Amino acid sequence: MSEIESRGYAHPEALVSTDWVAEHQKDPGIRLVESNEDPLLYSSGHIPGAVEVDWTRDLNHPVQRDYLGREGFEKLMRRIGADKDTTVIFYGDRNNWWATYALWVFRLFGHDKAKVMDGGRIKWAKEGRPLTKEVPSYPETQYRAPERDDAKVRAYRDTVLKHVEGKGKMIDVRSPQEYSGERLHMPEYPNEGALRGGHIPGAANIPWARAVNPDDGTFKTAEELRGLYENEAKLTPKDDVIVYCRIGERSSHTWFVLTQLLGYKQVRNYDGSWTEWGNLVGVPIEK
Amino acid sequence: MAQLPEKLTQTIEALSLVSDRAERIQTLIDLAERFHEVPPEIARRPFSSLNEVPACESEAYVFKERRPDGTLAFHFAVENPQGVSAKALAVILEGALSGAPPEQVAAVEPDIVYKIFGPELSMGKSMGLMSMVGMVQAEAKKALEQKGR
Repeated sequence: MSEIESRGYAHPEALVSTDWVAEHQKDPGIRLVESNEDPLLYSSGHIPGAVEVDWTRDLNHPVQRDYLGREGFEKLMRRIGADKDTTVIFYGDRNNWWATYALWVFRLFGHDKAKVMDGGRIKWAKEGRPLTKEVPSYPETQYRAPERDDAKVRAYRDTVLKHVEGKGKMIDVRSPQEYSGERLHMPEYPNEGALRGGHIPGAANIPWARAVNPDDGTFKTAEELRGLYENEAKLTPKDDVIVYCRIGERSSHTWFVLTQLLGYKQVRNYDGSWTEWGNLVGVPIEK
Repeated sequence: MAQLPEKLTQTIEALSLVSDRAERIQTLIDLAERFHEVPPEIARRPFSSLNEVPACESEAYVFKERRPDGTLAFHFAVENPQGVSAKALAVILEGALSGAPPEQVAAVEPDIVYKIFGPELSMGKSMGLMSMVGMVQAEAKKALEQKGR
């Protein structure tokens, strides 16, 4: 039994270790993808063979507040040399925050062959493993993308409103200050904030980073995660859960934890999150 | 309103000429690789929390050194090994603002980070970088207040 399997996850295959990546990084059926918050990080050094998927340029719609569409995803997959059978291994900075965000967007197009390298970029680097500045090039594939299907993993505001009315379970993964409404927006950055502070009624507050071990960025064991989400937030695996943060990126990390590590069947990420809810007229807010 | 320090203006102008994103990123990485942390005669670990940049994931620290001519020199430490952008910004600020008239340093607004890094910064990243500039600006304002007493 591998160390990851020993942690008791529902889907241990959703994670790979740095050792596994070192052994399999040249396998033709896998594609390593680095997704970071820091735009300089990939170019300053990445795992040999890894391509970059950038959250602003590659995953977002260029004009609307939305994700890329079918054509954009097809182009992206072709560019990184991936097809429907390619297993994509995501990793990145900030405890894999942006890596899980990218994985979640890939799920919108039904690409389930996707895993996360436990511990992310910093674990790989701290273990003294090689990084390179050489940008790999893979033959473009003929990948045909399906239409984006938001229904299973993404929630829109009307769904959230019905969820609130039905007293559905929700997790707010922002900081306690944001959850309480004490902090309305980041200092000096009012345009990215919201007009009202607080949280969506009924949401429990489990900041996203509590799911990882601060020392090495690896995910906590299933038992520790159940302590957070089931003992503290009172979720059960059968619940229909909506997670949110400010724009849906931090909550994609929690979406990954609940669906992949704890095996919850119905979890949707509300990417409109607080920047939408906190600006909506007439919606209920709790402080 | 005081003008911006000349070296900073030159740096921003030079970066604005780099329209290709990959080229700009490489330019900034080259700068980051020139990063030297605060000399031990100015500060040693453990660094004081008073010098820690708030909201900065790269765990950056800002230190000032008062020069005989009344100007300030700025020094930095970046504890997170992944803090490449923070190191690039530290090199720019140290080189462009050290020795500049404090009035001009006090006039440097945090949003210059967008002129340096471009618009594609996440909120968290821009917050940390702007806080670095904000701390330098605050030190210059403090120096001006003390001079005025």
